[in-house]
Amino acid sequence: MNHKLLALAGALALAQAMVHAQTSSTDEIAKYRQMLADGNPAELWEMRGEELWKTKAGPNQVSLERCDLGLGPGVVKGAYVTLPRYFKDVNKVMDLEARLVYCRTTLQGLTQAEATQTPFGSTAKQSTIEALVAYITSESRGMKMAAPTGHPLEKQAYEDGKKLFYLRGGSHDFACATCHSADGKRIRLQELPNILNPANAQMAYTTWPAYRVSQGEVRTMQHRLNDCYRQQRFPEPVYASDALTALTMFLAKNAEGGVYAAPALKR
Amino acid sequence: MGNPMRIRASLTGDTVEVKVLMRHDMETGLRKDAAGALIPALFIKNLVAKHKDKVVLDANFGPSVSKDPFLSFKFKGGAAGDKVSITWTDTAGDSRTDEASIT
Amino acid sequence: MNQQRRNVMRITAALGAAFAAGILHPRDVFAAEWNAAVFDAKSLAAAVKALGGDKFDVSADVAIIGPDIAENGAVVPVSVSSKAPGTDFMAILVDKNPSAMSASFNIPPGTEPAVTTRVKMASTSDVHALCRANGKWLVASKEIKVTLGGCGG
Repeated sequence: MNHKLLALAGALALAQAMVHAQTSSTDEIAKYRQMLADGNPAELWEMRGEELWKTKAGPNQVSLERCDLGLGPGVVKGAYVTLPRYFKDVNKVMDLEARLVYCRTTLQGLTQAEATQTPFGSTAKQSTIEALVAYITSESRGMKMAAPTGHPLEKQAYEDGKKLFYLRGGSHDFACATCHSADGKRIRLQELPNILNPANAQMAYTTWPAYRVSQGEVRTMQHRLNDCYRQQRFPEPVYASDALTALTMFLAKNAEGGVYAAPALKR
Repeated sequence: MGNPMRIRASLTGDTVEVKVLMRHDMETGLRKDAAGALIPALFIKNLVAKHKDKVVLDANFGPSVSKDPFLSFKFKGGAAGDKVSITWTDTAGDSRTDEASIT
Repeated sequence: MNQQRRNVMRITAALGAAFAAGILHPRDVFAAEWNAAVFDAKSLAAAVKALGGDKFDVSADVAIIGPDIAENGAVVPVSVSSKAPGTDFMAILVDKNPSAMSASFNIPPGTEPAVTTRVKMASTSDVHALCRANGKWLVASKEIKVTLGGCGG
């Protein structure tokens, strides 16, 4: 009897120590992230993006300064937090990157291929898109996420996004929901935000794009979703496709009210 | 000519704090590309920081300094409006100089 | 006699001989030129030797600040500082990296002996802050755990 009690006490102590160790690891990693907060290389992308926004490009030799991101031609400040949204000129819902492709093709005259080239940069090839996104999103820093869902197509995009969130598929039968629909989950030391929990959704969505130290690049929301699908063993989604816009709408709406804090810095 | 740096120099009391962000791949020479070939080393090896004409920091970096290096240091004797300049040189002979005013 | 003391004595003897033979001048090893011997050194002791030092002491005047756990070894924030008077040189070394020396800094008068930067760590390792103050080599160390090795795999 005594042995059993001792064993139980031992097991409890061990379990407690393990929980403590887990919490300590999370705290330590929070400290690590804090130490990196000052001096985010993403600022260098923001600088490059601002210049690119103002630079004439394409056969039409115009800059993007007349691009309407939803608040009127050329208005960058505060535009990101109102995306995705319905655009009358195309009669559809667009997220930031889809809208940038639209502006680069219609205003500047780039081909679809040119406007969607190198969406994810590397040391070998810088990405114009990542820089533009870094700049545009930086101009919404400190503002509250407010993607509109008043228009029927906006509502539809939200519903489509929700369906995609729960869609199981790929070789491992994963859905986004498999990892992102319950509190307190993690993969190794990476905590997984519960997208159905507004506080988690806000924390997740308000910190993209981000300079990812593991990539050494600023990564956009399109990259995040693309990478999720890769990890779920799904086929690669088409860049700036309607499906990703819908999923982004679902994320953005769930993050409503969150204070935008990107471009951020992540693992 | 290297990519632009982001330099911030702020004065508090009699101390200037300088923070620099540099855009550089800092290749170690130990990484392999998708084809399995070694990517040649290419990294910032020298950095000099000046306050007007005076050297306030003189650094040597190796390839294990992180990509897109960040550097922060403090010196005394600067006044608001003074120029702080940073120059780096890399192993390929490329170099970049940027400056900022102390605020 | 412990191993470290043996090493230090061996190094002293070798350097002493080099100085005595006129092969090595103290000023030669302290130039701001990028010194391959320093950046190839495989350990703290080897780096100090390559810098022209003969021994180093652990000192409470030197501080190294960093996270206990780095989420990604590619970018590990490290701050080194020295309270020792006459500090004119500081360096950051990562013990288990292919080459220990990460970065070195010449500190002119008027500049605070305190720098912050970010280094790559190949794996969990001791990280050393090495300083020279009035000709003496001083060290402070800290273990930083790395969850994912940071050399770009």
